[in-house]
Amino acid sequence: MDVAKQGAARVGDDPLNGIEMAEAGSVTVDTHEAHGHEAHHEQSFWSKYVFSTDHKMIAMQYMFTGIVMALIGGYMSYAFRMQLAFPGQSVPGYGVVSQGEYNALVTNHGTIMIFWVAMPMLIAAFGNFLIPLMIGADDMVFPRINRLSYQIFLISAIVLIASFFVPGGGFGGAWTAYPPLSANAQYNLTPLGATFWIVAVALEFVAFLLGGINFITTLMNSRAPGMKMYDIPMVLWMIVIASILFMASVGPLIAGAVMLFMDQVVGTGFFDPNRGGDPILWQHLFWFFGHPEVYVVLLPAMGIVADIICTFARKKLFNYKLILFTVFATGIISFFVWAHHQFVAGIDPRMANVFTVTTLIISIPIAEMLFLYIATLYGGSIQLTTPMLWALAFIAEFLIGGVTGIFLGASGADIYFHDTYFVLAHFHYTFFPIAIIGFYAGITYWFPKMFGRMMNETLGKIHFWGTIIAFNCIFIPLFILGAAGQHRRIYNFQNFPDLAGLQDMRVFATGALIVMLVFQVVFLVNFVVSLIKGKPAGKNPWNANTLEWTTDSPPPHGNWPDGLPNCYRGPYEYSVPGRKEDYWPQNVPPDTAPAE
Amino acid sequence: MSTRPIATTRSATGIPTGKLAVWWVVGSEIVIFGGLLASYVMHRLGHPEWAEYASHTNPWFGGINTFVLLTSSLSAVLAHYAAEHGDGKKAAKWLVGTCFGGLIFICVKAVEWTIEIQHGYTITANGFWQFYYTAAGLHALHVIAGCVIMLIIANDARKGRELHRVELIGIYWHFVDIVWIFLFPLLYIAK
Repeated sequence: MDVAKQGAARVGDDPLNGIEMAEAGSVTVDTHEAHGHEAHHEQSFWSKYVFSTDHKMIAMQYMFTGIVMALIGGYMSYAFRMQLAFPGQSVPGYGVVSQGEYNALVTNHGTIMIFWVAMPMLIAAFGNFLIPLMIGADDMVFPRINRLSYQIFLISAIVLIASFFVPGGGFGGAWTAYPPLSANAQYNLTPLGATFWIVAVALEFVAFLLGGINFITTLMNSRAPGMKMYDIPMVLWMIVIASILFMASVGPLIAGAVMLFMDQVVGTGFFDPNRGGDPILWQHLFWFFGHPEVYVVLLPAMGIVADIICTFARKKLFNYKLILFTVFATGIISFFVWAHHQFVAGIDPRMANVFTVTTLIISIPIAEMLFLYIATLYGGSIQLTTPMLWALAFIAEFLIGGVTGIFLGASGADIYFHDTYFVLAHFHYTFFPIAIIGFYAGITYWFPKMFGRMMNETLGKIHFWGTIIAFNCIFIPLFILGAAGQHRRIYNFQNFPDLAGLQDMRVFATGALIVMLVFQVVFLVNFVVSLIKGKPAGKNPWNANTLEWTTDSPPPHGNWPDGLPNCYRGPYEYSVPGRKEDYWPQNVPPDTAPAE
Repeated sequence: MSTRPIATTRSATGIPTGKLAVWWVVGSEIVIFGGLLASYVMHRLGHPEWAEYASHTNPWFGGINTFVLLTSSLSAVLAHYAAEHGDGKKAAKWLVGTCFGGLIFICVKAVEWTIEIQHGYTITANGFWQFYYTAAGLHALHVIAGCVIMLIIANDARKGRELHRVELIGIYWHFVDIVWIFLFPLLYIAK
């Protein structure tokens, strides 16, 4: 036995060896873990809410920071969409959008929505909240690293917001930050904003690397006794695989961020062709990360949807293992598609062919997953609760995003569509279902567990239909505009005679955006009112199987003060024939129920 | 010491949690350095004239540093050996020895860079030198960070606490060592 194992055994004053736990399988009863945290001591405000190491509090910190950033990002989209609909006029609540401000708004809208909304809400908030609860553990394995991760994330958000208040204003070189525009202050005219932007993004990466290591290690090592690989709820698999993808893809971009920072601040020429550098290098480093990143945020949303449709179709997930292997395949293939973003960047056409093929191949596992989800629904007793509506909407809307991606993945079609509103509408049909629909699905489903109260279903459904209809009204016109040749990064289309005539559609899309933003107020009202006055939820309001529903709502510090649960079966044993109840929680020992 | 969650003490894979996490840290570091070095190699292949710039590096400095760093890794192994036998005091001594190696490495680097900068080979001089300073600088930051963590662990080990961490910092230190083994030929020897 090597020293580290001895060390772990010493540290963990717990005589039950982990290996035995895993091998002994589903009948091991672990009575040694009952002592838990020193759970019930009083904590000061600071140590409870601000410097907490409790995974649930850190999840809340990530979630509320994400919501605030989403409001900022949404406000930005309002300002620049108003400029496009009514060019040059003063925007109520903003003022006249100047050309430089327009660039900064568009750039930071994209940056915020991906790095400060999708990632913290889907991966960090749900990951932190769900991983320990769903595997039957009392916390993450490294609570203090977890806290550090959030603190670095918070600093990164502050740095990004601060970039708007420095001389020159926020960075305006698009969220992909292509050099030379991003590297040279003489081109982007935002010497400080560009540097703040790259520092903020780099800090955000560090935060998620720390968080990701914690997630992966926790899921690998800290599962409840008896929880085998295929007993892990799909949402956890997806969050952890997303963390692994992030970790494996972000390294080159961190190196790229260092190089871009040096170009901006020190005066090197990594991306400057006049001095032996290469601007295309940045595109490779960015998209080597950027495309797996799509799957980094997609997978947690897919996982959330998987858990929700099983609960509300009262059916077992259709072919758990196939879904899991499909996710593995998606993850691997996602590393071989990045250059489809560069078809017009002068890459060798033969190389473009290769990337066309890989890009079209990656649509297969994703389509397969959606089919498996639909197969899960088939024949189920479907309950159209608010979370279920969001989950079904995810499948429908993401499908449109996926199908339009086929056109863009084919290099021939992409030469026309590249950098048009078609691309923009396409990736909003992927990212909106992922980040917004996925988040609403998750929050409406786990709200009772997070806060101990039910959300209002009527308000939830009003919010759902308002958001979904308005969302489609925003982006369907943008597909048409893109197909008409409307370029993505234009401040005022009135200067282009061919495009000026399509103004009605821009006004329509902007109107739909305002409607959608207004409907978010319904959610915020529902959230606050339910938090105070909602019906008490009890432990398991949805009659779901996974372990988080076996503790109190909200779970106390240490999660299960009376002893951590064991796991006896997979997470999706719904409507098992011969059982009185249509669900079979993972922690119920088998001898209390008839065999399958 | 704060109370440690039960989660930290479980080990469903059979690999201790700390060790598992360090390997993931190493994995993420490999892609960071991998991206940087791959960018350098691609540029180097595309710019034959960089060989001339590279000839101004001094392999003696690099060679001495390689020797120092490899020797410090030996000391990290001896620290692990001592910790494995429960001898925290001895482990702490070897760890301090490893830190000393790191210190020499940084001092040699400081002298080397001073000389180079005085000869006009600054980070903005040309493409080769910008990669030279960025890659070696990023590596040097890892050496410094490793030394700081090692001193903290040595302080615990001296009192017989957290001896399993001696191996963990050793894994990290070997990684820092291996990065240098890639950097040395790429920056100093390839002419």
